[in-house]
Amino acid sequence: MSTLAERADARAPRRLAFRLSTMSDRAIAWLFITPSVLLLLAINIFPLLWTIQLSFTNYRANRPNAPLRYVGLDNYRDILSDPDVWHAMQATAHFVLWSIGLEMLIGFGLALLINRRFRAHSFWTTMILLPMMLSPAVVGNFWTFLLQPQIGLFNSVVAFFTGADPSSFQMIGDVALAPWAIVMVDVWMWTPYVMLICLAGLRSIPDYIYEAAEVDRASRWRQFWSITLPMVMPFLMLAILFRAIENFKMFDMVNLLTSGGPGSTTEVASITLKREAFEKWRTGYSSALAIILFVTVFGAANIYVRVLDRVKQR
Amino acid sequence: MNERIEPRASRFPRLLRRGPCEAVTMLLIGLGVVMLMQPFSLNLFSYSFVTILAGTLGFVIVSHFPD
Repeated sequence: MSTLAERADARAPRRLAFRLSTMSDRAIAWLFITPSVLLLLAINIFPLLWTIQLSFTNYRANRPNAPLRYVGLDNYRDILSDPDVWHAMQATAHFVLWSIGLEMLIGFGLALLINRRFRAHSFWTTMILLPMMLSPAVVGNFWTFLLQPQIGLFNSVVAFFTGADPSSFQMIGDVALAPWAIVMVDVWMWTPYVMLICLAGLRSIPDYIYEAAEVDRASRWRQFWSITLPMVMPFLMLAILFRAIENFKMFDMVNLLTSGGPGSTTEVASITLKREAFEKWRTGYSSALAIILFVTVFGAANIYVRVLDRVKQR
Repeated sequence: MNERIEPRASRFPRLLRRGPCEAVTMLLIGLGVVMLMQPFSLNLFSYSFVTILAGTLGFVIVSHFPD
């Protein structure tokens, strides 16, 4: 004689199966996707709508009990006439354009090299991929030490090759060099990622295309321009899209390396946002800035995806 | 007897079709992004967000237009 619990256990799956069998396919589909949709609404859509609402107010998170006043478009007007925000956008543009340009160039070059089979090729691939596996916080911290003028390895290496005094220049303390320091660290960290995407593109090109080109006596240079580059282009564009979005909102690494300094030379948009939100506690103002950044990235990503579709269709 | 069936021409106005409209909105977004990040004029910066917003909303709308 079985216990009540055993009987319930034996009956449960049959009951569940019966209930599922009486439901339509559409209802079952909704049953499965509802948790995901609810989670998406809770962690993505609700904060976005709340931020939009806050961007029209004078709300300060450090004074939650102060009366909330709707200020209309004042926050947006203030941001778009603020020379500091304008400067932050220029710093962001410098960082995004240079880091992406260099990552594409070096990443694609490395992918072309790694694509050739050679001795210990897997070992070198793993070694090249190592920086990408580190946390940006760790990278920011140890590059801060590497770039120290007195004890840092970077200055010593530059001094060894150029003969300059190691303490005669500061990568993260100099107004002219600091923007290049953050570009350099980002390129060091994320070039392997671009290389990986390009490598996937290179491996997807069938060998018979190159064989046909060789039969036609096409030179290596010609093969590169007419086969390799056009066929890797969708992958390259995907890499640009991912890196552009990521670099546009880069915060952790820059914050650890320079905190936006010296002065505000490396104050990219996300650092300005953090200062407004958590140092000056202008939550409404910073919400408006966040919405401006979001719409910019969203618009640019839309163009990019459409262009990517066209490249793929060619 | 093989009769060729011509595809029926859309009644949607040619200028309001997806292709040209998308091109215009994409141009607006691109222009807005350049205006946002250029180092030459604060005035251009001030109007950048409106330009990007118009382009983005326009893009979302016109991407549902017929080809």
